[in-house]
Amino acid sequence: MPKKLYNEPSPLETRVVSKRFGLENSERLDTYLANDGFKAFLKAREMTPEAIVEEVKTSALRGRGGAGFPTGMKWSFVPRTSPKPKYIVINADESEPGTCKDRLLMEYDPHQLIEGILIAGLAMDAHKGYLYIRGEYRFIIDLMDKAIEEAYSKGYLGKNIAGTGFDFDLYTHSGAGAYECGEETALLDSLEGKRGIPRMKPPFPAVAGAWASPTLLNNVETFSAVPAIIRDGGKAFADLGTPKNGGTRLVCISGHVNKPGVYELPLGFPMMKAINEVAGGMRGGKKLKAVVPGGSSCPILKADECDLPMDYDTLAKVGSMLGSGGMVILDEDTDMVRFALRIMRFYAHESCGWCIPCREGTTWLRKILQRFDDGGGRKEDIPLIGELSKNMLGRTFCALGDAAAMPTQSIIQKFSEDFEKRLAQEAVAV
Amino acid sequence: MTFSPELEKRFAKLLQSYPEGRQRSAVVPMLIYAQDEVGACTPELIAEVAKRCSVDPLQVDEVIGYYSMLHRKPQGKYHVQVCTNISCMLVGGEELYEQAKKKLGIGHKETTADGQFSLEEVECMGACSWAPTVEINYDYHHNVTPAQLDALIEGLKK
Repeated sequence: MPKKLYNEPSPLETRVVSKRFGLENSERLDTYLANDGFKAFLKAREMTPEAIVEEVKTSALRGRGGAGFPTGMKWSFVPRTSPKPKYIVINADESEPGTCKDRLLMEYDPHQLIEGILIAGLAMDAHKGYLYIRGEYRFIIDLMDKAIEEAYSKGYLGKNIAGTGFDFDLYTHSGAGAYECGEETALLDSLEGKRGIPRMKPPFPAVAGAWASPTLLNNVETFSAVPAIIRDGGKAFADLGTPKNGGTRLVCISGHVNKPGVYELPLGFPMMKAINEVAGGMRGGKKLKAVVPGGSSCPILKADECDLPMDYDTLAKVGSMLGSGGMVILDEDTDMVRFALRIMRFYAHESCGWCIPCREGTTWLRKILQRFDDGGGRKEDIPLIGELSKNMLGRTFCALGDAAAMPTQSIIQKFSEDFEKRLAQEAVAV
Repeated sequence: MTFSPELEKRFAKLLQSYPEGRQRSAVVPMLIYAQDEVGACTPELIAEVAKRCSVDPLQVDEVIGYYSMLHRKPQGKYHVQVCTNISCMLVGGEELYEQAKKKLGIGHKETTADGQFSLEEVECMGACSWAPTVEINYDYHHNVTPAQLDALIEGLKK
């Protein structure tokens, strides 16, 4: 039976990593093998590790987890000749509000992910991989365990993979509920059996990661793009996107649109076209108010700022980020005080408490926003919220403090009228 | 402590997954899998996991407060988790959570007197494009309306 998709695909998609989604038994190895599966691994086996990394560089693939760091560059940082064992760690902690794509890659095409990991293993001379999956995704962990078992039983994991003499073991590792563990160094602490607390960098995980060994850490979608890059060439992938922003990515559209869903779009795809055509336009014919372009950590865009191509560099130019691909669409009726409060409640809950500016900053911002929402707002709260956020920026080990501060600052700057309107309502009530 | 053969199998697999001498890595996965069977991270379970991973019980104990899915007291037979984070909130997640409170007669992290249901307002569960979302134990339910939530809960009562 073809597996039912969570949302109808759009004809405007360019399907590379999602091309097998919806195929009958798409999660099975024989389906994968019948649809270009493991061709890239066999090709990579004939290449030098340097050539594999070069091909990934050519593809202009950038990390799909949020930071958008050039993947080929990250791969080149791992000292493959180190006498220590090297590890591949796959970040499947998918927790950024607005993001729901990695689970689809694991649910519909687990062997594509496994192949991507194996190619990374060849390039890094690594022989063990750990797939860190958030605990809430137990059904995905079970599906991945099944796919891994199938790959072992048919010789695509374990010793002498597909007769090539290359050995690789892959394990799933369950998280247990912690947004912070999506941050790569906190993830490593969590993988080592501790509380997930970020580490000081340097040393970077490439040099001293899991168990103090060289470690390559990428997002599920990043690894899932690798087979296509090796199979069809880095250039073919790069050409799908825009310069320095190669390929396609899964965009998770949610909020006030007619057809929310996960769609694979080339980098540089026009944002308004994604909203109006791919996602079927605004629900109930309402007007667009704002867009969170790539997960809740990204500074928000006002409707009149959204006429732009979705690539990392363009979003950076307008002071935001493409993030993890979680696009949240807000209509004209959305109350930005409540929206800012909900974001801050999240970050205050998820702050691990290690760095004081984040732990205290998120808590105080939550309290101020809560008071504001409850009708106790003061005029001076508006600059105070901006000031408090500013004081968190860049003062923490990891990016969670920034992730809480940046959207808050942007909401205060761009939607101060929503806050002032509340103050005016209070004045009338008194 | 004795566990089911399936859990023992999982434990054995976990312990051989990590490099030699790094068995502490199994602590969190062992706790979460064992908690499903035992019902909670009891002192006895903490001691057992510590013994099997060759770490101090305190090193097991200290992770429990950090991870939101680990708990020291048993939850309801059905743990109802309603997401109210941004994507869910925009399309009725908060109303859904209110409905769950009303229907079950309990609040955040509370359990019904008969031990059948517990409720939790949770953060983003990764189902934003099919919001609002409810997860009951490990089962995801997408695009849930208040009426559907009522029906889901009624269905589990039987």
